[in-house]
Amino acid sequence: MQTVQPRSLPLRLPRVRPGGVLPILAILAVLLVLVGIRQPDFLAPQSLMSFLGRSAPIILLAAGQYFVIVSGEFDLSVGSLVTAQVVVAARLIDSDPARTWPVVLLLLAFGALVGLVNGLITTRLRVPSFITTLGMFLILVGAVYLWSDGAPKGGLSEEFRRFGRRAFEDVPLLGRVPYALLVLVVLAVAAVLLMRSDFGRTLVAVGDNPRTAELSGVRVWRTRTFAFILSGLAAAVAAILLGGYSGVSFQAGAGLEFGAITAVVLGGVALGGGRGAVVGAMLGALTLELLFALMNFYGVSGALRSTVQGGIILLAVAVSATRSSSR
Amino acid sequence: MSDPPPTPLLTLRGIGKSFLGVRVLDDVDLDVAPGEVHAVVGENGAGKSTLMKIVSGGYAPDGGTVEFAGATRTFRGPRDAQRAGIGIIHQEFNLLPERTVAENVYLGHEPVRRGLVDRRGMVERTTRLLASIGETTLPADARVGQLGVAQQQVVEIAKALALDARLLIMDEPTAALADHEVELLYGLVRRLQERGIGLLYVSHRLAEVFDLSSRITVLKDGRRVTTVDTESTTADELVRHMVGRELSSYYPDRAAPEDRGPVRLNLRDAGNRKLRDVNLQLRAGEVLGIGGLQGSGRSALARAIFGVSPFTTGDVTLDDRPVRLRSPRTAMRAGIAYVTEDRKGEGIVPRQSVLDNALLASRAVFAARSGRPARTARVRELLAAVEIRGAGDDQEIRFLSGGNQQKVVLARWLALNPRILLFDEPTRGIDVGAKSAIHDLVRRLARDGAAVLMISSDLPELLGMSDRIVVMRDGHVAGELPAGATEEEVVALAVGTALETTA
Repeated sequence: MQTVQPRSLPLRLPRVRPGGVLPILAILAVLLVLVGIRQPDFLAPQSLMSFLGRSAPIILLAAGQYFVIVSGEFDLSVGSLVTAQVVVAARLIDSDPARTWPVVLLLLAFGALVGLVNGLITTRLRVPSFITTLGMFLILVGAVYLWSDGAPKGGLSEEFRRFGRRAFEDVPLLGRVPYALLVLVVLAVAAVLLMRSDFGRTLVAVGDNPRTAELSGVRVWRTRTFAFILSGLAAAVAAILLGGYSGVSFQAGAGLEFGAITAVVLGGVALGGGRGAVVGAMLGALTLELLFALMNFYGVSGALRSTVQGGIILLAVAVSATRSSSR
Repeated sequence: MSDPPPTPLLTLRGIGKSFLGVRVLDDVDLDVAPGEVHAVVGENGAGKSTLMKIVSGGYAPDGGTVEFAGATRTFRGPRDAQRAGIGIIHQEFNLLPERTVAENVYLGHEPVRRGLVDRRGMVERTTRLLASIGETTLPADARVGQLGVAQQQVVEIAKALALDARLLIMDEPTAALADHEVELLYGLVRRLQERGIGLLYVSHRLAEVFDLSSRITVLKDGRRVTTVDTESTTADELVRHMVGRELSSYYPDRAAPEDRGPVRLNLRDAGNRKLRDVNLQLRAGEVLGIGGLQGSGRSALARAIFGVSPFTTGDVTLDDRPVRLRSPRTAMRAGIAYVTEDRKGEGIVPRQSVLDNALLASRAVFAARSGRPARTARVRELLAAVEIRGAGDDQEIRFLSGGNQQKVVLARWLALNPRILLFDEPTRGIDVGAKSAIHDLVRRLARDGAAVLMISSDLPELLGMSDRIVVMRDGHVAGELPAGATEEEVVALAVGTALETTA
């Protein structure tokens, strides 16, 4: 940690466009160099591919969170949504391979539904999203406990788990490419294209000034609700990958909402909306994961993770606040 | 060019400033002598505000030097400049309405006795301070929120003087004042002069500049065009310096009677919470001016037509077909566009690019029929046609001047080919050059067959632009005037006869 912070300071110096991805790329490059010095093996294709595959869920969650944050809202419910999805999947599949695909579809629908409810409560009932999604977080935690009587039941089929576990073997040059990485690449490209579309540009405009957007014919409530649905869908995909990779537990999604928010902020996206790129948010998640890997290599206790996250959130928001108000 | 006075209070040399690569000030020189009123004029976007912010410590210049009271200064912020003796009176006041005059004047540096705020001393000192600038009727213990705008301005000035300001910057000080209050401000300015305080006076209104200043500096596109002695120049010459051309015919020609087409929009007994029984017809090819006082229902009318706060009673027909304009979307689909008066609050998305701002409405409501690249190309052409100066299409719109921002907003609506355009104060806070560009554009739209409704508080503009004028009062139509009506007739309708009977 002591080695990281002084290095990350120069990002304030060059005059870069606010909300751009250059600062996060710089931080990522610095971290890669540090990892390379300490653990050169890590940068070999084999381990790098598996690292990217492992990071796919949090990167997808960061993308989902990005849609909500850039539109001017928050989604605190994704962590418990992931947990709920994993527990539900285990119980419904109950180790029966034939149920894999129906359950996958059900999980996606469940994620979209939770997003829809978050969105409608926030936009139509005018409950601040911070509260809406905190409420949803608690409701999901309680409901999952109740539904499973305090301990996860059933089990995931091998079919289901392959998304998070398996890989294309013997790919030339790269070696083993996890399915999760493929899912990530496809969805990341989709996210980038979405942000270039009319919807994406409108979403950012809504976060920047909802009144202008409304007077220009944007249905602000619909746009924001759709962002929540995207976040819910991202949580569903993350849950499928995570369930496959690390199995079923009540801890499956613990803390992921804060990880995603940290990643988004680190990626140069303004809290309150209106500024930042989805690529930045995803790179932010990757950077965060790399930082944790680095801490591991340097023997820093994993217990410090949340402390580091908290520090990053405060630092990143402070930097962006002073930058945007600076002359 | 005159000889600079022997000992300038403030000397600026070669001041430059860029925002994200766009040069807004370039090599500006300026000096102010003690007791001098030095006016700074220029179109919006000429760099006046930026220059004032540099003098008052709000921005740090990229180049050049600021010399104040004999020493070179680098202000680290507005407080730093205040401590040095530079005060600024903004257009929008910075006062706490729930506190007294004295509390506002001494905010942050209250006189203290035995560790407590010395309230009586504070009131006494404020009274003396106010008396020293000739203001004897303003009680120091009055609540600021109860005061009128002119008196609040006095409080602002006293606040600066309490910090021993030796240079005062006034940014459009008369913008918020009524006519008789302007006279009071003149007196105040002259007394400040007598005390040896230097004044930098920024204003759009040339009459004031001629009444008050001894020298005038003209800025254009971030450069100093010239500094002239007020006595040796004329308003025409100044305007020429500001815009680089004569503004002989200020307003474009009106519509000829045969240009006026059929009734596009017809309101019958239309009303809502703020409007009652409005009867109004808007014809293709005409510019219908809407006059009236602030709060008379002018904006409410435009917002009701545009579906922001829709009519709840009465009938609306569009091209003889009854319509219900429930939301901006339905209004837009019906071919209506609305340019709001609150550009900053609801006209722009500040941190998005010029292009994204111009595309906002098209993206939100209409699918790109001829393909997205074609639509973008068309909007780029529109942006070029409205002549946005000093900025690329990828520039964030918040860095543009008010006039340029307004042109981007216009491009956004023109992209929809609207048949009815509602303009609410289209030229408020906009420089002379952009103003006449917008006037030309409005007239051109009408000539091409659009029906235009234009709200304006600027009477010369209202009279110069309109083919007909409808004056609103208390949420209904007070009367209609033909083209060629006088300011007096408009005002008489706007205030009504009620004033005469009660007064």
